[in-house]
Amino acid sequence: MLELYDNALDVPEILRRWYGSEAQNNYGAFIPFVGTVRDEAGIEGLSFDIYEPILERWFASWQTRVKAQGALVKMAHAKGDVGIHESSYIAAVFSAKRRVALTLIDAFVEDFKASAPIWKYDLKQGERYYAKERSTPIEGSGLLGAVE
Amino acid sequence: MVRIEFLGPIAKESLEMEATSLQDVAEALSSDEEIKAWLQTCAVAVNDTLVSSLDTPLRSGDKISLLPPVCGG
Repeated sequence: MLELYDNALDVPEILRRWYGSEAQNNYGAFIPFVGTVRDEAGIEGLSFDIYEPILERWFASWQTRVKAQGALVKMAHAKGDVGIHESSYIAAVFSAKRRVALTLIDAFVEDFKASAPIWKYDLKQGERYYAKERSTPIEGSGLLGAVE
Repeated sequence: MVRIEFLGPIAKESLEMEATSLQDVAEALSSDEEIKAWLQTCAVAVNDTLVSSLDTPLRSGDKISLLPPVCGG
């Protein structure tokens, strides 16, 4: 399940709903990760662009990989502006036993940071500034730059 | 004609061009001063699938997307 929202995530609502939807499905472990915008470097918040067609494919391939281990992954992300101390990202893995979910949530979030087609901007004085230094080129980047 | 889309922070409108492979697209974009600096760090997708070869063939109507470095979460 992939959920995209305009602006900040309603963390209690999402976690309560995800927990409720799987509570009777015999998963012994539910491991959520909640990402919160921190007050740092004078920002007023963060802002996000998402390219949904590729994000949906990326997520679907992960769901297939996770299900092969008898587990389930859910993810929610914000589009647009998110204020300080609000949440922009939630991921969660359900599995029968804890070790599978702990391993998968780590791998999922790391690959999310490296591969998901989402762009982050710092909000300062109402303007968006691309977080270039904190961004990661997707694997295989530079293909079109190889031509002289 | 193929359509080139520039995603995220690349502040450039989509454009259309004649191209039969990504090699053609690479050559055309490398002469565009506005976009040239992005080429070294962008991933490329054809019809929303990431590709890894300049020999990737293109057909009329294909959508090519340039994806600059990402930072979700």
